[in-house]
Amino acid sequence: MSDVQFRFRDDEPVSDPAVTVDSFADQTNATAVRVEPSDDARELLPYLDRLRLIEVNFPAFTDGRGYSSARVLREAGFDGEIRAVGEVTIDMLSHMRRCGFDAFAPEQSLNPADAQAAFDRWSDVYQATADGRQPIWAKRHPV
Amino acid sequence: MKILTGNDLKSGAVIWWDGQGWSLHVNDAVDVADAGATLIAREEAAQNVFAAYVVDGAKDADGVRPAHIKERIRALGPTVRPDLTLKPADPAAVNWVI
Amino acid sequence: MYKYDNYDQQMVDTRVEEFRDQVRRRLTGELSEEQFRPLRLQNGLYLQLHAYMLRVAVPYGTLSSAQMRLLGDIADKYDRGYGHFTTRQNIQYNWIKLEETPDLLADLAKVEMHAIQTSGNCIRNISSDQYAGAAADEIIDPRPYAELLRQWSSFHPEFLTLPRKFKICVIASETDRAAMRLHDIGIKMVRNAAGEIGAQFYVGGGMGRTPMIGPMIREFVPLDQLITYSEACLRVYNRYGRRDNKYKARIKILVHELGKEEYTRQVEEEFAHLMTQGIEPPIAELERIKIYFVDPAYDTAASDELDLSDPDFRLWVERNTEGHKQAGYVIATVSLKPVGGIPGDASADQIRLMADLARDYSFDELRVTHAQNIVFPHVRKADLYTVWQALDAADLGTPNLDTIGDIIACPGLDYCSLANARSIPVAQKISERFAAKQEEIGEMKLKISGCINACGHHHAGHIGILGVDRKGKENYQLLLGGSEGADTSLGQITGPGFDEDGIVNAVEKATEVYLDKREQGERFLDTYRRIGMAPFKEALYG
Repeated sequence: MSDVQFRFRDDEPVSDPAVTVDSFADQTNATAVRVEPSDDARELLPYLDRLRLIEVNFPAFTDGRGYSSARVLREAGFDGEIRAVGEVTIDMLSHMRRCGFDAFAPEQSLNPADAQAAFDRWSDVYQATADGRQPIWAKRHPV
Repeated sequence: MKILTGNDLKSGAVIWWDGQGWSLHVNDAVDVADAGATLIAREEAAQNVFAAYVVDGAKDADGVRPAHIKERIRALGPTVRPDLTLKPADPAAVNWVI
Repeated sequence: MYKYDNYDQQMVDTRVEEFRDQVRRRLTGELSEEQFRPLRLQNGLYLQLHAYMLRVAVPYGTLSSAQMRLLGDIADKYDRGYGHFTTRQNIQYNWIKLEETPDLLADLAKVEMHAIQTSGNCIRNISSDQYAGAAADEIIDPRPYAELLRQWSSFHPEFLTLPRKFKICVIASETDRAAMRLHDIGIKMVRNAAGEIGAQFYVGGGMGRTPMIGPMIREFVPLDQLITYSEACLRVYNRYGRRDNKYKARIKILVHELGKEEYTRQVEEEFAHLMTQGIEPPIAELERIKIYFVDPAYDTAASDELDLSDPDFRLWVERNTEGHKQAGYVIATVSLKPVGGIPGDASADQIRLMADLARDYSFDELRVTHAQNIVFPHVRKADLYTVWQALDAADLGTPNLDTIGDIIACPGLDYCSLANARSIPVAQKISERFAAKQEEIGEMKLKISGCINACGHHHAGHIGILGVDRKGKENYQLLLGGSEGADTSLGQITGPGFDEDGIVNAVEKATEVYLDKREQGERFLDTYRRIGMAPFKEALYG
């Protein structure tokens, strides 16, 4: 279990163990779940108010299904912690943030200066995602 | 013989293991027998090469000849641009590839 | 054509700095090659047989003369004096150094160019009709929609680690000049019964190991849902595309395995959800982009006369020019296939010459075609002879568009580490063998790939050639009857393969069958479709 190295939340981190998506429905007092790449994050939608932490695993950094999982959860209104775990690298951080991740627990701990540079890299974005950032097209056409 | 080839990280140039370091010229390549994987691991970790792999080859009168046409093209350069190969002045160079 | 605003410029500049930092971390060893590889691929930098190769994006195949001139300068400054125009309308340089790449990208950024996402498991350069904005038969210029999609797809945080590469094409005419049905997403702009413009979506086309023609998934997507619908298509792919086998990871496999109906159902479900999320740019953004694509200031008094008394000029005009929607103008194709030459290659001097001619005679605009030629989209007939003379003097005036000399060929084993056989020498031999028979044979799209990855689009050739490795030696399979137009079809293999001389002879035999059997007005493709494979097999194998 890796430590959370970066976190963008003010509330207390959840330290409950994360259960699997399959077993989550039966465990009525679980508040944390781990989503694997092959899991359908939408199976959690009926239970979002029970959850305080959703871990999304990246067993290989080349498997990008976790980005969709995070966005799906944010789009459904989940405002608890979405934590990236597994093979989390510097160069994924800003994309993950945009997809709704607000905590990062990389297997190999990352150089903090490089990570900060990665988070701060993009002053503008082309797309609207559930991270709330105003995309360039909205700035071009203020309502 | 088993020879090693790879690329220089900064320049991308094709290089061949000559027993001590990495040469641009396939004729400097040495037989690594079955030490290829170990050598590659060491040399890549030291960033002296990357994308290295083991190739079958044979010594002949001219030097070292990779067994497969792909590595012969790799050793010389594009057959359709002799001026861009390692032997631009040699009209027989393309025959060596084929 | 589109011009960057401050936001667009800032994005490419940021990308250069991001890559510069990634290169720094690679050279210190902080980043392993395994971690660095996807990052350099998404900045266009491949490791090829001889060196790093850089693929520069030419969005929907359109560029200005200033951009073209810089591409020539880059060939001199960073490479070995030439570039290669590709079957996806991009340009490649074969001898780039990693340590110089950030500076190269910074130079590109100064003229609003980049190498963003030209490789890697992400959405690639969006291609389009090379005659867009000039063709008489388009219902609207497709490029503003391609530009909208380009911005949407650039650095899209959810879709940078797809199961595999993703290629999108946008056209706006019934005649498909861009092989739209052979893309992961092909979009045809259409008019509905009410006269409104919308996008028809075809998903799951492609070539490679398992060529497929993309089925229509949605007949009409309104303009104000274009991004949302595209996002739905991509999200279903990102979530459910196969990741267990690299050779089954394209969306065409997903659509094929789910079936068109089920894939469509999943997309429509995702689309309905995404419509609640407000991810669509306002129509005002499309209108803003469209302003860059209005017609140039045509000379409305331009004469429609053309003096064709010079027989060489006449042949070039008949072969290489196309009618323009504006009277007094033509669309002119510059062939990068001189007899015996390397298809798609151009020297730095040739590139700069084309840039100058475009500046002076084509409203500052050029196109790259997926057949590896260059187009001047708006040339006044009165200027055409001057243009042709300049091209001819620079070995750019070959009058062979869409004939047997206009060969599409991937770089093949001379350059590419994926290849099984060399493609360029085959192209050169065919070009020389048939130089005198070009007019007699007529329309011919001959395409050569050096391996099954099909970058030469051999499945879509009237005559296709596939290079394979047969017991360590180069061998070539012959395919007949492919087509990339609205009548898309996949070529059929004739039988056992041939060596290098054998394949050239085989092509000759195939053309002889055609010349013998053709009926009035038939192209090679038409005769093949009428008489079938049997007469060709007979001639080839006895």
